[in-house]
Amino acid sequence: MKKYEALSTTSAKHPWPDARGRFGRFGGRYVPETLVFALDELEIAYREAMADPAFISDLTERQRNYVGRPTPLYRADRLTEHLGGARIYLKREDLAHTGAHKINNALGQCLLAKRMGKPRVIAETGAGQHGVATATASALLGLECDVYMGTEDIERQKLNVFRMRLLGARVIGVDSGSKTLKDAINEAMRDWVTNVQNTHYVLGTVHGPHPFPMITRDFQSVIGREARAQIIEAQGCLPELLIACIGGGSNAMGLFYEFLGDTEVAMVGVEAGGTAIVPGMHAARFAGGVLGMLQGAMSYVLQDEDGQIGQTHSVSAGLDYASVGPEHAMLFTSGRVEYTHASDQEALDAFQLLSSMEGIIPALESAHAIAETVKRAPKMAADQTIIVNLSGRGDKDVQQAAKFILKGEEI
Amino acid sequence: MNRIEARFQSLKAQGVSAFIPYITAGDPDMEQSAQLVLALERAGADVIEFGVPFSDPVGDGIVIQEAAQRALQRGASLRKVINTVRAIRQQSQVPLLLFSYFNPILAYGIEAFARDAAEAGVDGVLCVDLPPDEADDYKAALDGAGLCTVFLTAPTSSDDRLRLIGEKCSGFVYYVSRLGVTGEQVALAEGLKQSVTRIQRLTGKPVAVGFGISTPEQAAAVAGLAEGVVVGSAIVRVVAQHAENPALLETVEAFAKSLADAVKRTP
Repeated sequence: MKKYEALSTTSAKHPWPDARGRFGRFGGRYVPETLVFALDELEIAYREAMADPAFISDLTERQRNYVGRPTPLYRADRLTEHLGGARIYLKREDLAHTGAHKINNALGQCLLAKRMGKPRVIAETGAGQHGVATATASALLGLECDVYMGTEDIERQKLNVFRMRLLGARVIGVDSGSKTLKDAINEAMRDWVTNVQNTHYVLGTVHGPHPFPMITRDFQSVIGREARAQIIEAQGCLPELLIACIGGGSNAMGLFYEFLGDTEVAMVGVEAGGTAIVPGMHAARFAGGVLGMLQGAMSYVLQDEDGQIGQTHSVSAGLDYASVGPEHAMLFTSGRVEYTHASDQEALDAFQLLSSMEGIIPALESAHAIAETVKRAPKMAADQTIIVNLSGRGDKDVQQAAKFILKGEEI
Repeated sequence: MNRIEARFQSLKAQGVSAFIPYITAGDPDMEQSAQLVLALERAGADVIEFGVPFSDPVGDGIVIQEAAQRALQRGASLRKVINTVRAIRQQSQVPLLLFSYFNPILAYGIEAFARDAAEAGVDGVLCVDLPPDEADDYKAALDGAGLCTVFLTAPTSSDDRLRLIGEKCSGFVYYVSRLGVTGEQVALAEGLKQSVTRIQRLTGKPVAVGFGISTPEQAAAVAGLAEGVVVGSAIVRVVAQHAENPALLETVEAFAKSLADAVKRTP
């Protein structure tokens, strides 16, 4: 039996971000001056909240009784047998309330907004999962909620748009730029800069200006905290490998964070390979991006040689973003985490495989992580273990997937 | 002495405020932008803000976003903006401030940018999404090249931040007079006089007020209480409306002159 620390050693071995909100050379706080005060205010409120036992117990109670945590760590036996290698566990964030991990962060930040006395929240959304999660937490806590969403994404994710409206949120279409997640963030920032005195911006991923990457990571790290305890409980030792998909990178940071101190645990982040790794056809920042600053943080950015932000593509709206969380950029350059990509087709194949093999329809985002599992598991030994973060359920994607899988035939 | 600093000094001696119009470089195209700069100078501009188009301008309202988009579609880039400044300098010594976002400068290379911009005849740079606490390398490079570094202040800036910004600014301090993005407003911000006085006191620098000023009446009112008046979206809108008009330059010049005259009329 391999030895391991019962408790995570991450905070000792990976003490980031620093006081300036930096992860090595990445991160920081690149915003117009108007927002500096709001970021200061948010960081102070966040640190006070996390040190307040009443806030923590309220959050924990709601995570248990409202979100449905802990989510199961499910041993996928038929998939394991089919691939013929490592034992595969799925961390079932798709079973969290609203069907994705996004609720972990949205609930935490909405509680924080309430604590700061801000009656209104805004959010950006790509696939719609973060928008739905924020609309849900707002309904729960009685907050006014506006969600910015690119008009192309609104077209791709009509079901989620209606869900948000049903939950009492206003969905505001963003018709500028590429009409996707990046443009929704621009518009949310413009709203925040205007209404900063009564509004909290619930940023949905581990990107943006400090303290957002830290706050989102911390609220998502419940995923890895549970998974680490669950796998030790299940098999008495740590896994060999963690796999998660990466758009901004919040579900991956959530799973990876508690394991960062466990040097024997390898980790892979899977970006959207789109149709090809040529500009405009993918969203694999670590394959095609360079150092840059987008939307408040220094990180890897898909851009042209003049510093204009590049167009991106993915079959999955939630991975379709030109930059990536600064902590991932740090873990990429240090080599602690390996980053790769899966193509649209590989993700669609994995989407069907998991559905038919385990009776679980994954989100197209999460299907990218399954696609990497399909490549890795057969090369590993039967006594080795992989944990895959199944970050969301695929109901929202059924129509989009049908378009590709059926190639124009009627559903 | 740097042209921006020299201009503020001579205006102070005359007891008048600076008129600072903004246009987006490359809208409708680079050639006409250069001509527009000369037209603004003829109209009485003291400093001209020359906007570097960026794909994701989070600090700008719809008028300037669309101008940037049009400029990018015609192939604008930071390199071409610098080349245009070089061409303008053949004919004019008007003080020029580049108004940019950080990523194009980062992609160009901060050192190379400072060197090339100064060599072309740029006098200063305002970088919207680069607050002074993230600007050490940038500030060092621009100082080294003799360029003014203008930073933003906002109604939400604390006393400590205003002192920091005052230390890092050269030329003047830009006051974003209202919460929000660039754009025309019907009324000026309330309590503007007190805000400007506070910023002057804590930064120790001349203050130019921008965001929302669109009419000669507003420009005159602001000139009465600050060292500089910035007008952006209102001018960019006139440029957009007359892009196909053969009398584009004359139209913009006449509008800018009405603003400049209003600024200078104030005792």
